[in-house]
Amino acid sequence: MDAFLGQVFTGLSVGSVLILIALGLTFTFGQMNVINMAHGEFIMAGAYTAFVLQDLIGTDTSLVVALPVAFVIAGTLGLLLELVLVRRLYGRPLDTLLVTWGVSLMLQQLARDIFGAPNVQVRAPGWLGGSLHLAGATLSYSRIFIIGLVVVSVVGIWVFLTRLPQGARMRAVMQNRQLASCSGLKTHSIDRLTFFIGSGLAGIAGVALTLLGSTGPTLGTNYIVDAFLVVVVGGLGQLRGAVIAAVALGLLNAFVEFSTEASIARVAVFVAIVAFLQFRPQGLFVMKSRALT
Amino acid sequence: MKEASKLKKLWLATLMVLAMLGAACGQKAGDTSATGGTSTDDGDTIKVGLLHSLSGTMAISEVTVRDAEKLAIEQINAKGGVLGKQIEAIEEDGASDWPTFAEKAQKLISVDKVATVFGGWTSASRKAMLPVFERNKALLWYPVQYEGLEQSPYIFYTGATTNQQIVPGLDYLKGQGKKRIFLVGSDYVFPRTANKEIKAYAQANDMEIVGEEYIPLGNQEVATLVNKVAAARPDAIFNTLNGDTNTAFFKEWKTKGIAPDAMPIVSVSVAEEEVRAIGPEFLAGHLVAWNYYQTTDTPENAEFVKAFKAKYGEDKVTSDPMEAGYVAVHLWAAAVEKAGTTEVEAVKRAAAGIEFAAPEGRVTVDGPTQHIYKTARIGLIGPDGLIRQVSGSDGPIKPDPFLRGYDWAKGLT
Repeated sequence: MDAFLGQVFTGLSVGSVLILIALGLTFTFGQMNVINMAHGEFIMAGAYTAFVLQDLIGTDTSLVVALPVAFVIAGTLGLLLELVLVRRLYGRPLDTLLVTWGVSLMLQQLARDIFGAPNVQVRAPGWLGGSLHLAGATLSYSRIFIIGLVVVSVVGIWVFLTRLPQGARMRAVMQNRQLASCSGLKTHSIDRLTFFIGSGLAGIAGVALTLLGSTGPTLGTNYIVDAFLVVVVGGLGQLRGAVIAAVALGLLNAFVEFSTEASIARVAVFVAIVAFLQFRPQGLFVMKSRALT
Repeated sequence: MKEASKLKKLWLATLMVLAMLGAACGQKAGDTSATGGTSTDDGDTIKVGLLHSLSGTMAISEVTVRDAEKLAIEQINAKGGVLGKQIEAIEEDGASDWPTFAEKAQKLISVDKVATVFGGWTSASRKAMLPVFERNKALLWYPVQYEGLEQSPYIFYTGATTNQQIVPGLDYLKGQGKKRIFLVGSDYVFPRTANKEIKAYAQANDMEIVGEEYIPLGNQEVATLVNKVAAARPDAIFNTLNGDTNTAFFKEWKTKGIAPDAMPIVSVSVAEEEVRAIGPEFLAGHLVAWNYYQTTDTPENAEFVKAFKAKYGEDKVTSDPMEAGYVAVHLWAAAVEKAGTTEVEAVKRAAAGIEFAAPEGRVTVDGPTQHIYKTARIGLIGPDGLIRQVSGSDGPIKPDPFLRGYDWAKGLT
């Protein structure tokens, strides 16, 4: 029983990191049909932000400060990418794919040049050091913190999308770009906002990941594949789809790994996804739209 | 359904790129970082290759070995070099990627025409380089402890083989009355072979292996592994994880709140440098098995530590593989002096029986196996990040890479 609870917790915590990463992807993909391969490097940028701030202001407060700072830094990187490259390549998904992949390699090398090739460590603040013992399972504070962080982020995005005018515009563009444009929405500035928020969320994910392991130039590539899987399974541009898919993926991985081993768990997850897509190629949820595509 | 076919295309493209990404991950940072001043072929210098991972998941460990090797080269050059010539180091980056190691080794041998190569850390990188050195009849000095069961005529092994590290580590656990052992390791040749040997030892010594788990190299998601280990309630954990996975593993383990003396983790790939990088607070109280620690009390070590800190900074630490790399350079130089040439076969013949007053104590090259005699030391990690010896062998142990002196090891290949 305690092992079961521990694995539920592990699955949730793995899934919650995926949610943050996949949210950004699902919006840029859903709204603009842009497959952003450099998304992983925004995660890395967030993680390095936490590392730099730790040296500047000390470990006790740096993590909390790093969250908004990483959001802005990663978001700005995303905005720059949109302004400089992606904007010119709308409607050419293959080109965007390759260009953003190139950008991803460049950003990795840049990080290597600035911070050195060996991975760096971010020390968790003292108040995240312990763990909670619940019914025989141990839930570490740092993982609880990450789950809390993700819940806050998801609720924040949900409120933004459903309650704020900017969010409504984002949804409008996502559902029917031409009609939104005809109604007077500046779709391009909305695209930029989407990119900023999506990339910023990746930055927050990066800060969260520093609590679990070490930070290196290729941190993001380890997660980008899983994040894309979440987007496919959840359905494009779907908040609830991404959340459910990420948690399901995390739990599936955690339980298969617990009863077998790490590599078999990977295979099992891929097989499960391929099987799932045979029955629902469009993912868990589909955006209902009258757009002509 | 235009929508569906468009999506399908997009996904096909994504999958393609992801596959390419996977292939590229191996080759990322394939940048060459050849340094070492002007490379002239006028015969004033003797070129040697330093081939370690300067990027990727193994860089945390291998960069420091490279630094120690450079220190040894500098020391030898300051004393007039070998055969009256200065040694020139050519550096290459193996990038934590095994085929890259083979490629770069070939480049060092055929393009740079180096006299010898010092390099590698993971056994996977050594196994990748081995055929290259054998094919070219070139010489490799491999400075890290490994799983044994190997003896290439073109490799000198200056790190510990199994009977100088893992077996003494197991003897120590047995002496402490630890009967139920959990094995965790990275998923490649060293941990898998080492664990095969550990299982044979356990069977012969009335110990029980209560679990055996492998994590892909570079993977940082270890929560499930940690849950599994904790659920099995072993007396001790034998850790053959390599690289950054150790960081995630020890961070996650700490959250379990299990006291190290109740369930110690014995690591064979975690030394001072890794302790410093991971954070001593996560490791204090756990055990390691090596042949050298920064605290090892010999006059040579005091000098080595002083010289290393003077060159690289006061906050640097020295570790076993660094010492083995440092020793490798000195042994090679001594063999070249004795042979009077850098020619590989002559150096190999001359190397047999060469002694060197190393920081770990006197080491001797064992001619037939091309390994060296080393003293086994079990160490306890302190809260200050230094490791102190708690148990050690009486003097240097003769290398026995195929474990011929142990009945339980019969049939291991």
